[in-house]
Amino acid sequence: MNLTLKIWRQKDSNTKGQMVDYKVTDISEHMSFLEMMDVLNEQLINKGEEPVAFDHDCREGICGMCSMYINGEAHGPDRGVTTCQLHMRMFKDGDTITIEPFRAKAFPVIKDLVVDRSAFERIQQAGGYISVNTSGNTQDANSIPISKHAADEAMDAATCIGCGACVATCKNSSAMLFVGAKVSQYALLPQGQIEAADRVRNMVAQMDLEGFGNCTNTGACEIECPKGISLDNIARMNRELMKASLS
Amino acid sequence: MALNSRVPEGPIKDKWTTYKDKINLVNPANKRHIDIIVVGTGLAGGSAAATLAELGYNVKAFAYQDSPRRAHSIAAQGGINAAKNYQGDGDSTYRLFYDTVKGGDYRSREANVYRLAEVSANIIDQCVAQGVPFARDYGGLLDNRSFGGVLVSRTFYAKGQTGQQLLLGAYSAMNRQIARGKIEMFNRHEMLDVVKIDGKARGIIARNLVTGEIERHSAHAVVIASGGYGNVYYLSTNAMGSNATAAWKIHKKGAYFANPCFTQIHPTCIPRSGDYQSKLTLMSESLRNDGRIWVPKNIEDAKAVQQRKLKPTDIAEENRDYFLERRYPAFGNLVPRDVASRAAKERCDAGYGVNATGEAVFLDFASAIERYGKEQAKIHNIENASAEKIYDLGKKIVEAKYGNLFQMYEKIVDEDPYKTPMMIYPATHYTMGGIWVDYNLMTTVDGLYCIGEANFSDHGANRLGASALMQGLADGYFVLPYTIGDYLSHEIRTGKIPTDTKEFDEAEKEVKDRIDFFINNKGKHSVDHFHKKLGKIMWDKCGMSRNEKGLKEAMAEIKALREEFWKEVNVPGSANEMNPELEKAGRVADFLELGELFAKDALERNESCGGHFREESVELDGEQKGEAKRNDKDYAYVAAWEYKGEPADAVLHKEQLEFKDIELKQRSYK
Ligand SMILES: Cc1cc2nc3c(=O)[nH]c(=O)nc-3n(C[C@H](O)[C@H](O)[C@H](O)COP(=O)(O)OP(=O)(O)OC[C@H]3O[C@@H](n4cnc5c(N)ncnc54)[C@H](O)[C@@H]3O)c2cc1C
Ligand code: SF4
Ligand code: FES
Repeated sequence: MNLTLKIWRQKDSNTKGQMVDYKVTDISEHMSFLEMMDVLNEQLINKGEEPVAFDHDCREGICGMCSMYINGEAHGPDRGVTTCQLHMRMFKDGDTITIEPFRAKAFPVIKDLVVDRSAFERIQQAGGYISVNTSGNTQDANSIPISKHAADEAMDAATCIGCGACVATCKNSSAMLFVGAKVSQYALLPQGQIEAADRVRNMVAQMDLEGFGNCTNTGACEIECPKGISLDNIARMNRELMKASLS
Repeated sequence: MALNSRVPEGPIKDKWTTYKDKINLVNPANKRHIDIIVVGTGLAGGSAAATLAELGYNVKAFAYQDSPRRAHSIAAQGGINAAKNYQGDGDSTYRLFYDTVKGGDYRSREANVYRLAEVSANIIDQCVAQGVPFARDYGGLLDNRSFGGVLVSRTFYAKGQTGQQLLLGAYSAMNRQIARGKIEMFNRHEMLDVVKIDGKARGIIARNLVTGEIERHSAHAVVIASGGYGNVYYLSTNAMGSNATAAWKIHKKGAYFANPCFTQIHPTCIPRSGDYQSKLTLMSESLRNDGRIWVPKNIEDAKAVQQRKLKPTDIAEENRDYFLERRYPAFGNLVPRDVASRAAKERCDAGYGVNATGEAVFLDFASAIERYGKEQAKIHNIENASAEKIYDLGKKIVEAKYGNLFQMYEKIVDEDPYKTPMMIYPATHYTMGGIWVDYNLMTTVDGLYCIGEANFSDHGANRLGASALMQGLADGYFVLPYTIGDYLSHEIRTGKIPTDTKEFDEAEKEVKDRIDFFINNKGKHSVDHFHKKLGKIMWDKCGMSRNEKGLKEAMAEIKALREEFWKEVNVPGSANEMNPELEKAGRVADFLELGELFAKDALERNESCGGHFREESVELDGEQKGEAKRNDKDYAYVAAWEYKGEPADAVLHKEQLEFKDIELKQRSYK
């Protein structure tokens, strides 16, 4: 198929960006979206132009690097997939596709489609861990039984890949789904209880400091989240925060 | 230099304990004055950085991604082994040790493997304490699955995302230390050289991938944990950025490179769909527990399937060739990875492949669905269940076991694997070869360590499933923190290492010159053009089966390609900005050297062992006719290569392998 691409080009964080039009031809429906971008870049390089910079690494939906806002949707039109898992069969010959970076005040653009998500790092550093040293003398792994249900629920929360689609898709640029997922994982496990109050307080405080917006329960994040992280995690985080303020 | 593996004396089961009792320690007050650089934040680097920081050292950690959590360990699916014997099925440290040495086709160092098995149980305890949500049974205890043709159930898992959960555990431990200021994290930074002063590793040169700035970092010891080099094949299950640069750069500065030809080609990956293909996706090995692998028996049927004129489901049972079950009745579809891969290639080379490229075989779940369906019908007392009912019941079980994998397959291939068999083909997956290290995990350069997939590892010529995650975390959490302390105990009086010295000047100049060359060259072809060509040579001539003629051709062709690359490569943009093409250029330049050494190593090793199959070394008769023939008399050694300029001039050093605790046997899966 032949396509028109409207792509956000921005030299660096200090320069203003703009949308630029490109044409690509003979795109196979079996290509992944990023392979289509590879075709475009090869074409640009051979013409002596600068290729489009974008983040990607694993190309199988798990590292959370890829981050494109395609036709107004984080990770594009398909559901339950990251940009790298999106395939060209979702588009048809003659389509025009707009491709922008994940936009949010807390995610400044570095170049073209690449954004700076280090705010997520700082939130995790504020409390996204259990304070246990590596000693080789921790108690036997089976000494604390954990119900299968709790373990499975903690696992569901833990599958967040830290991509930032929830933020990009939210009209308030809220990071509640991301933070809620991490808080929930530990809140659901006995190992996480001891530091629970400090954890949720510190992570939420850091989130606010980074300039993410408030949650007004639009639910857009859950729909666009490639890993199906549920809104229940936000509710659980709010409960944890309540508990923490009472303690 | 003669290789000294520094394996401690004494019986194998006491070596590590005695070693730990005798090493020198650094007191806590002194640790504060010692800096350590860790390149890589995967399971190996991440766990090492966190533990070293907990101990009190100042750690500087580097990753090329924008977060430590995105290292390629995140992609591991299946699980992690540990000799916990929770299932009471007879597992033990010795058995894990034995399985690993045997699985590696007797090309690994016994003492290291034993230590790995010994610390494996601690890994699970540590991860659970960190909050890693491993799968549990209804009683609340940890669940296990069995993996890759061993006789016990010792694999711990977190759905199909075990690597992700283990890495997030190590990442959380790192975050705690970053918050305390004990780890300084350098994301989006690429190490481009190591700096040696008076023979010791004292720092690195790194490029800030956002600004393009070249930076100097010093330390009392440097740890390389940069992962494997599977991308030398261009297409592999590795991440797009996975590279050999850190390992290759230290090789050029004196670290020997061991067994580069030992690579693992994994049998169950999604086949290539066209020339634009950028990477290959693994379908977990666990699928072979229930899937049956086949191709059409008749060549006419195969041709018709290739042209999509015939559906696999229309081929009658008697016209199917379940070639693994036919050739290896004892292990069937569960033969080790190398054996399964070669058998698939053999059928496809003979023209029986099942997709348009002719490079795919079927992985069929129809019998499993039926078997589970009938079982369920019995359990639920459903009499005379209809075929549909049985299918539905069976499908539910298969879905519970492999749902996420089936979904991943459908997203990529756009076919429903519950209805039509999956198509799979082998792909490069893991590199057992890597930087040579001694028992302390130190390379042949003082103060320079190498851990995780980047070192030549404990897996010999073939790695068993679920053992790479174990090794990465063992190295980082439990081994390196001890061994590096012994070395650093001699550094307490050294003081801060200055970076304004001639050694740093020289290393930085080399790095900058190379970058300037790339930017100014303005050749005719993109970096990918060369990488794809290299990949094709590697796959065709250094792939699943190798011979003398092909390997010699490969060496000559890679050399010629390298020369062309240095004349004709085209890197757009400038040096002082984010420039992904420039990053790729540096990595491909290194692959173009490593590839030639790889072929040379494969040529030198005229035996078939593990993932390395030499057509000249097969059994000529008897039951094993045509199967791989290992040659312990001439090749029971680690081939450690010393850099001498051109890869073809590399000098071979042999570390003879001694097997005192395990008897050498030919592997048989018939
Ligand atoms: C798809 C897939 C599935 C797998 N499944 C399993 C499994 O189920 N069980 C199992 O045991 N094993 C599995 N493996 C193998 C296992 O995942 C890897 O061997 C292991 O995770 C490697 O860990 P590592 O820490 O050595 O390297 P990696 O995780 O690859 O980390 C490399 C690190 O080095 C950094 N880096 C690299 N070069 C540079 C440089 N020049 N400068 C700065 N930083 C650099 C990267 O940023 C990254 O942080 C799988 C592998 C793949 C590809
Ligand atoms: S919650 Fe979902 S969308 Fe948000 S970062 Fe995690 S995986 Fe991405
Ligand atoms: S590239 Fe890793 S999730 Fe898309």
